[in-house]
Amino acid sequence: MELFFVAMIGVLYGAGLYLLLRRSIVKILVGLILLGNGANLLIFLAGGLVRGRPPLVPEGRTSVSLPSADPLPQALILTAIVISFGVLVFAVALVYRTYRALRTDDLDDLTATDRLGEVPAPAHRPITADEEDGLVRGEEERAWVSS
Amino acid sequence: MGLLLTLPLLLPLGSSLLLFATRHNRRASLLVAITSATVLLMLVSGLTLQVARDGLLVVAIGSWPPPYGIVLVADLLSVLMLLVCTLVAWATVLYSTAWIDPARERLGYYPLIFALLFGVNGTFLTGDIFNLYVCFEILLMSSFVLLVLGAERGQVEGGLKYVALNLLASAFFLSAVGVLYGVTGTLNFAHLSRAVLGVDPLVLDLLAVLFGIAFGIKAAVFPLFFWLPASYHTPPVPVSALFAGLLTKVGVYSLIRIFTLLFVHDPGWSHRLLLVCAALTMLTGVLGALAQQDVRRILSFHIVSQIGYMIFGLALLTPLGLASSVFYLVHHIVVKTNLFLIGGLIERLGGSSRLSDLGALYRARPWLGLLFLVPAFSLAGLPPLSGFLAKLLVIRAGLAAGAYWATAIAVIVSLFTLLSMLKIWNEAFWKPRPVEDPPCQPLSTLLLLPVLVLAAVTVLLGTASEPLLVLATRAADQLLDPHIYQRAVLGQLGSPALASIGGAP
Repeated sequence: MELFFVAMIGVLYGAGLYLLLRRSIVKILVGLILLGNGANLLIFLAGGLVRGRPPLVPEGRTSVSLPSADPLPQALILTAIVISFGVLVFAVALVYRTYRALRTDDLDDLTATDRLGEVPAPAHRPITADEEDGLVRGEEERAWVSS
Repeated sequence: MGLLLTLPLLLPLGSSLLLFATRHNRRASLLVAITSATVLLMLVSGLTLQVARDGLLVVAIGSWPPPYGIVLVADLLSVLMLLVCTLVAWATVLYSTAWIDPARERLGYYPLIFALLFGVNGTFLTGDIFNLYVCFEILLMSSFVLLVLGAERGQVEGGLKYVALNLLASAFFLSAVGVLYGVTGTLNFAHLSRAVLGVDPLVLDLLAVLFGIAFGIKAAVFPLFFWLPASYHTPPVPVSALFAGLLTKVGVYSLIRIFTLLFVHDPGWSHRLLLVCAALTMLTGVLGALAQQDVRRILSFHIVSQIGYMIFGLALLTPLGLASSVFYLVHHIVVKTNLFLIGGLIERLGGSSRLSDLGALYRARPWLGLLFLVPAFSLAGLPPLSGFLAKLLVIRAGLAAGAYWATAIAVIVSLFTLLSMLKIWNEAFWKPRPVEDPPCQPLSTLLLLPVLVLAAVTVLLGTASEPLLVLATRAADQLLDPHIYQRAVLGQLGSPALASIGGAP
């Protein structure tokens, strides 16, 4: 059983890191999801796999009989799943935003913030009322998108 | 006493929720934000005094005794970091009130700032490694949204790189926590530092590397810093300033914590690696800065370079080395935030952050030119400012520990830092203006007050440095003796009882 988990974790990490190295933004996102799942399974495995022995105190006793499953890793995984869900939902929205703003899914086109001497539009530009409307409703189309 | 330790978490959380509710009412939200930041600053000052007087403070959340429950621990390093971070957060909130446009305010700028503070304070105070992960995620999530709030072209581009690499770091962090729990059966820092003594050194090496990568990405250490110069110059100025002051330093704090408490089994290997990374971080950062022609990009690269100095002190693992790291952290957070804030003033006056478009600001605002020189010279390490003493400590520690080549790099890098600060001064303040003068805008007091306060702190830390020096030395002593931390958290609980908990196979 452990061996199966080890193989599974290895595949998830491998696939995740491979996708992270791709140029497509969406694939990077999928890579991050796989990596997060791999990490969760790793916690599960590291906590020790125990079958069919829940950590319940039997009647008339004051402590659980060992070996029993460790509930803590499962609590950690639960927390990690909730967190990664929230973060990934944000990341999906960000990828969509990036696509709307730049009209590309290719990381090689995203060099404006790295290239020497080239500075993108000043970011402290106040947001206009129209744009704010769009940001709230999510249907804005900036003038400079087409330019 | 327990309340004093939990309030630095509860206050930002409460303010964040309150500010979210009042975000459409500008006057109310400004009032809440400024009041809350001020109260937080006073509260943390009180906490610092208390910890400096009585030693470590520990609170078990929900009264679950450690190592079963989550504990909050305040040692000198934590409270010093808390104090200085709260100070720059206060300054940034004041600055934001005059800078951030109403649209961004309505989109939730202030609630996010306080959510970020909640996460940052949590990382400094927690005594539980999984809780550290959770706090990291809270601060990351808030920083993601702050970074891209407004969804400008540059913002989403820089934001995407920032998000992807930080999520990768979180995945590494989570994996490392899982393996660490697997081999030790505990998550409490104090208990971990006892439990790692019985773990196979090879597994510990692996864990040290995993944690090193995770925190190294967040701290922008040498081979892992590329997200920082790509993203820090894109958001509005106060956001840049806050990130520059707080976020990478949280990574440095975590590195200091784990490489003094957990992974000291083989310093000849792990801390040697840190030393090499530190030297290369200093060097690449400053060289990157020299190539740039934009105020905020130059400053972003200098963050990377300065991180090297902090890791340098940690890598030496001597009392003087760690004291220099702590002193450097405090000095750097104040100076770096201030430089970004002044960079914002330059942008506002000159209409651009590109050095080629700027010029002759000294003629228009001589006092601003002098004000810029305070943090700029402090960053480069000129006396009598705080950076001089910080660099002096680092160099003395390096020489005392026999790390001659790394010390030589530290000295050379400080010269390059001076060069690039003078470049900004020459280009922005001194040279004739290339284009006709823009209409002279008045600068509001709210923009100037935070800058003046932070500059005063820089001068004060340089001229009256004795109290901080003593605190930094004591913090280093606390860090170097894990027994102090263990005793404070676990008390005199017999180790046999604790040894039997580890549920690991």
